[in-house]
Amino acid sequence: MNETPLLRVTGLSRYYGERVGCRDIDFDLWPGEVMGIVGESGSGKTTLLDCLSGRRPPSAGRVEFTLRDGSQVDLFAMPEPRRRLLMRTDWGIVHQNPRDGLRMGVSAGANVGERLMAVGRRNYRQIRGAAAAWLEKVEIEAGRIDDQPTTYSGGMLQRLQIARTLVSGPRLVFMDEPTGGLDVSVQARLLDLLRGLVTDLGLAAVVVTHDLAVVRLLAHRLMVMRRGEVVEAGLTDQVLDDPHHPYTQLLVSSILQT
Amino acid sequence: MTTATGYNFAYLDEQTKRMIRRAILKAVAIPGYQVPFGSREMPLPYGWGTGGIQVTASVIGSADVLKVIDQGADDTTNAVSIRRFFARTAGVATTRRTTEATIIQTRHRIPETPLREGQILVYQVPIPEPLRWLEPRESETRKMHALADYGVMHVKLYEDIARHGRIATSYDYPVLVNDRYLMRPSPIPKFDNPKMHMNPALQLFGAGREKRIYAVPPYTKVVSLDFEDHPFEVQRWDDCCALCGAADSYLDEVITDDRGGRIFVCSDSDYCTGRIGP
Amino acid sequence: MYVAVKGGERAIDNAHAWLGETRRGDRQVPELSLAQIDGQLALAVDRVMTEGSVYDRELAALAIKQAQGDQVEAVFLLRAYRTTLPRFGYSLPIDTGAMRVRRRISSTFKDVPGGQILGPTYDYTHRLLDFSLAAEAPPVAAPMAEDPVDDTLPRVIDVLGREGLIESEAAGGDSPVGDLTREPMAFPAGRDLRLQSLARGDEGFLLAMAYSSQRGYGHTHPFAGEIRMGEVTVEFFAEELGFAVELGDIAVTESQMVNQFRGSAEQPPQFTRGYGLAFGRSERKAMAMALVDRAMRAGELGEEATAPAQDPEFVLGHCDNVEASGFTQHLKLPHYVDFQGELELIRRLRRKDGE
Repeated sequence: MNETPLLRVTGLSRYYGERVGCRDIDFDLWPGEVMGIVGESGSGKTTLLDCLSGRRPPSAGRVEFTLRDGSQVDLFAMPEPRRRLLMRTDWGIVHQNPRDGLRMGVSAGANVGERLMAVGRRNYRQIRGAAAAWLEKVEIEAGRIDDQPTTYSGGMLQRLQIARTLVSGPRLVFMDEPTGGLDVSVQARLLDLLRGLVTDLGLAAVVVTHDLAVVRLLAHRLMVMRRGEVVEAGLTDQVLDDPHHPYTQLLVSSILQT
Repeated sequence: MTTATGYNFAYLDEQTKRMIRRAILKAVAIPGYQVPFGSREMPLPYGWGTGGIQVTASVIGSADVLKVIDQGADDTTNAVSIRRFFARTAGVATTRRTTEATIIQTRHRIPETPLREGQILVYQVPIPEPLRWLEPRESETRKMHALADYGVMHVKLYEDIARHGRIATSYDYPVLVNDRYLMRPSPIPKFDNPKMHMNPALQLFGAGREKRIYAVPPYTKVVSLDFEDHPFEVQRWDDCCALCGAADSYLDEVITDDRGGRIFVCSDSDYCTGRIGP
Repeated sequence: MYVAVKGGERAIDNAHAWLGETRRGDRQVPELSLAQIDGQLALAVDRVMTEGSVYDRELAALAIKQAQGDQVEAVFLLRAYRTTLPRFGYSLPIDTGAMRVRRRISSTFKDVPGGQILGPTYDYTHRLLDFSLAAEAPPVAAPMAEDPVDDTLPRVIDVLGREGLIESEAAGGDSPVGDLTREPMAFPAGRDLRLQSLARGDEGFLLAMAYSSQRGYGHTHPFAGEIRMGEVTVEFFAEELGFAVELGDIAVTESQMVNQFRGSAEQPPQFTRGYGLAFGRSERKAMAMALVDRAMRAGELGEEATAPAQDPEFVLGHCDNVEASGFTQHLKLPHYVDFQGELELIRRLRRKDGE
């Protein structure tokens, strides 16, 4: 029933002076689809994510997004007020460091409730109820709702950030190394949680990571980046089980060896 | 127009007054919006009413009658100092009666006596930016105003309720003006907030150090922020004024001895005096 | 029966009269003249002129006298006077290259064309209290050089410029220079506004900011490329005449810092500049200003800006001592009404807790 992709990226490039951040990126993202972007640090995947999520203007190319009413907007041609509105309603960003996405000075409940208040919700009890429900979904005890995030562990902070991002019911979520900086056991639990949420909510997502295990678990499709360019793309299992590009082969084999 | 002091009428030169009047006109045209202006150094210190003084100096004429209050009273030291400043540099008539004044410069109160059309209430503003404690950067707060991105303001109110069971802001309580701009009413008690709403008088706000002027034109909607299930409410006292018996005015607590004795009296000295009778 | 406090007016008059007496002090001691302050407290006059933004030694001396030597209060007096002065226009830029130099040093080269000229400096003095001054002994005569100082000493920093090793600093062309005394600061602030704000800024604040940048909070690897002090001519272009007329000479101190820069995507590795300028002999101020100016350029040069000194909104928002002093001291004003609100709130909250 959906004939247009949720996100359409065409000829996206970003240069830093002479240096290439990313070059000639094209892809479509469909509703409910999770796209993984993998590569080493410096491969351009974070630059690409910043451009896709409207936080860094590209040097060339377009990013088009399909609104709820079916109309398409060019992300960088639209006025900033509309872009900001989009960012706090239809979009969510999960930062690698949860501190970048949270207000560390206010309670967990306020963190989750903020996006609801930003779109005009004015009933305290309902806002608090929604916050409590979301804390439960991300497996944070109800009793911690009034605690400051500073008292949370790293894994809890990341889950709190996810609740804060998803509370407004976004249709597209950008994740930057969502499990980076966490212990291995904590990573596994978080990945499980994320996979459950993405499936339950039918979310579309773009996940940037250097960790192939993350994309294996979350992503339907995969793009492998090197020196700012996509060297291989396809269905996740296909790319990982039968890599064609030598660089992908190297990535996959280095994981297998460790 | 030079007075006996050797300074121009109401101290400021006419060019500066014109610049400030332009800022005031813009402020009136966009209620609640903070208009940057070329605030001048005044012979009174920043933080002591330089914004209000510049606004008053720009709108006052020789026929005006000026009242100056601080904490509601005409006799507090800073009110005396500012009233004298204008008596000396503009030679205008001054009054303590709210009803007689055409311009009232105030710090921290709105008079209890309702204002009428044609009167101007000039507020002294220390920090004009309502988002300042939530976002210290001017470049960011201006963007937030431009986009009416005010969700974070309710985050603070949410925190109050979560922690204290109620909104714990008792003065300088944020308001939304004309359904558009978030505004600090200056540190008036929230008791005074409802008086700003649909007031027949022109309300002008001057922040000298921060170099901003904003305004609430007559009969403009001014709504104090709240939640549907935690509505805005004003302070109430169990006592009445010990001098005039008023039960509807903002009361100051006065310590009468060192054994815990205290009484409450009207903060608005003109209102209190008027009730006691001549 | 309680009576509301009255009589504020008389109390204020009395307080001011007392201040006047206190200012004069012991009448047996001769009163200070403005000429004495100008001549013998010259560095105090320089600072008050710089931060007061008026080059007038007599007015600055008067402000110092009236403020009983309180520099920040004196700056305030001068600023409040300045604001009433009519404005004819803006002078032409001064040419510090044509300065009649009294002092000129560089720490980047051992010798420079024209030589190192120490001038009247506290550097290298032993900071021992000199009791001969208490006894009002006359100073030792300073010998005169046989040859006058060259009146067109090249700027040391231009030597680096000829090799292209330091960023070129082109004048802003025809774009108008901002003026903080007419228009409020707006962020992001251009370098013109930043420098004007720093020039008017509090010496103590800038010193601490500069110092912090040397202690790891936004390090910029500075060298004192050149510090020069002396007289420059101020000229005004008179539209009616069609040519520039000389208004007079002023003494200024100029500090040019040379800072390391490792290069970025847009620029090759080279030296960069920090600039300081102050009225009179105000070397500490000019150097601090130059360090902070450079620190605040972090964003523009693509350096990571993490320290307070690199944050223009923080530095410029707080460097003016007239603003800072007024607002800090406004806490002395009555706050009964707000305090009453807080009192009522605390009582109510405690009552709720007790329930």
